[in-house]
Amino acid sequence: MGYIKKSPWILHYDGSSCNGCDIEVLAALTPLYDVERFGIINTGNPKHADILLITGGINAQNISVVKQLYEQMARPKAVVAIGACAANGGIFAECYNIIGGVDKVIPVDIYVPGCAARPEAIIDGVVKALALLEQKGH
Amino acid sequence: MGKRTIIPFGPQHPVLPEPIHLDLVLEDETVVGAIPRIGYIHRGLEKLVEKKDFQQYTYVAERICGICSFMHGMGYCMTIEKIMQIEVPARAEFLRTIWAELSRMHSHLLWLGLTADAFGFESLFMHTWRLREKVLDIFEETTGGRVIFSVCDIGGVKKDIDDNMLAKIVTVLTELEQELKTLTDVFLHDSSVKHRTCGVGVLSKQAAVALGAVGPTARGSGVAKDMRTYGYAAYSKLDFTPIIEQQGDAYARMKVRIGEVFQAARLIKAAINLIPEGPINVRYKGNPTGEAFLRIEQPRGTVLYYVKGNGTKFLTRFRARTPTFANVPALLETLKGSSLADVPVLVLTIDPCISCTER
Amino acid sequence: MITEQIKTIAVETLVQEVTSLKQTEYDLVAITCTYDEMLELSYSFEKEQEFLHLRLVIDRGTQLASISQLYAYAFLYENEIKELFDVKITGITIDFENQLYQIAEKTPFITNKEES
Repeated sequence: MGYIKKSPWILHYDGSSCNGCDIEVLAALTPLYDVERFGIINTGNPKHADILLITGGINAQNISVVKQLYEQMARPKAVVAIGACAANGGIFAECYNIIGGVDKVIPVDIYVPGCAARPEAIIDGVVKALALLEQKGH
Repeated sequence: MGKRTIIPFGPQHPVLPEPIHLDLVLEDETVVGAIPRIGYIHRGLEKLVEKKDFQQYTYVAERICGICSFMHGMGYCMTIEKIMQIEVPARAEFLRTIWAELSRMHSHLLWLGLTADAFGFESLFMHTWRLREKVLDIFEETTGGRVIFSVCDIGGVKKDIDDNMLAKIVTVLTELEQELKTLTDVFLHDSSVKHRTCGVGVLSKQAAVALGAVGPTARGSGVAKDMRTYGYAAYSKLDFTPIIEQQGDAYARMKVRIGEVFQAARLIKAAINLIPEGPINVRYKGNPTGEAFLRIEQPRGTVLYYVKGNGTKFLTRFRARTPTFANVPALLETLKGSSLADVPVLVLTIDPCISCTER
Repeated sequence: MITEQIKTIAVETLVQEVTSLKQTEYDLVAITCTYDEMLELSYSFEKEQEFLHLRLVIDRGTQLASISQLYAYAFLYENEIKELFDVKITGITIDFENQLYQIAEKTPFITNKEES
């Protein structure tokens, strides 16, 4: 499944992030970092996506949305949790409307650290997810 | 009359990275009403003041939103300073102004890019974000962070910018202004951009006032409201007059923001010219007792903070009324009568920040 | 000259006070709610450089009239306060019936105080 390794399509969902990690996800696509030159595309359609990038923690309102997005993605698929909030709720872990990290709802493959996560780290996470996709593909 | 249909818009949708849900009521292709459902990013961070002390809370305030991060931290610190009557050193006021205006530049460029993306002008989006990175480079060099800086503190700022770096900022901004000129000419004069923005989503001056619109959304409709005219931080020492447009359509709002990018560059240069020597923070004692309201002008408009302290290190209440919250009624109004295809551009036209809105 | 003032008023006079502010062309800035021992609401208004807060101190059972008839955009603030703080506001022009934020449980702004 070499073609997956080269150009995954990405679905980005903002859980309850402060936007910090989200704009860095977008920044990774734009000219300075430019992952699009490798054919990596940010798609809005979960059925087209290989990798789900999630920023922000889980709250009562988005559980069903996150589950639904994950289930709609075709196999093999990988989930990358970006930033401290997606890992465990981060600075908002104690908030009344935060349940916790993304792994409370769906299985997470890669955790990208940072608050906000840097574009280099996000790209690194996607590259790691690629290797995983290849394993899962066999 | 056509048949009424309700089309759900969001929470996951291609316009914004952030989730918002609108029930769009349509008659054929025309939107006749929109009902917002929010809460997808609601964290309840105002309640965190009971778990993090008022000094730690600066970091939470910065994370109300990752785009206006610096100004949220600054507004929170200013509110505490107002309660505790802390006099911030002049140099810190200037440094805050410089970072705040840089934040405005990065935020407006981000918005211009997203707008270009929304009307399908991909290369314009990419070029805008390419230039935005230059502002982020200044942030990284002066604070260490790209989006969240943690340099603002109660009583001043944590980091100074030395003269070499200040000179470099002026050089970078001068180069940036020239490149931006080429780019913004496309936004202002390209026929396809005009086609998508001119006459779209008109908000009259009366409606803007009646619906409580703030920021570029109000200023694009001829409402001369801008908190910077009140002269907080170092604005009183800079020559500042708000940028106003009269037409009230998506094009006017874009024009206001483009004007503000260049204005921000001018304000930063003027601040660098005038910045005094001296300390960058003051020591203070005790905990906040009492309450204060405070307003500053963020890229998206006026934000209001309210803090109530009880003499312990934990505050009783913190509240932020963010500009997007104030602009939601104006958005719902402009959506009425628009065509379905224009909804993405209209949602973007108020520069929505959902993370701010829902806290 | 920038002025700021907090004016405490009685619940019954809210609509009357707000009406007179509306007639003298004040703009509503925000409605803020604080839960201490009592519910404390601040209606913030501005007119040019004047900044005025109407302060109401009520208990939870008190019925409060909506001002959304006067200031149309007050409906968002009122829905927010109703949902997050359980303030009994009646007559909101667009009432989301506690479904604006769609929070699954009552917020601790409400439950904390019920326990104590």
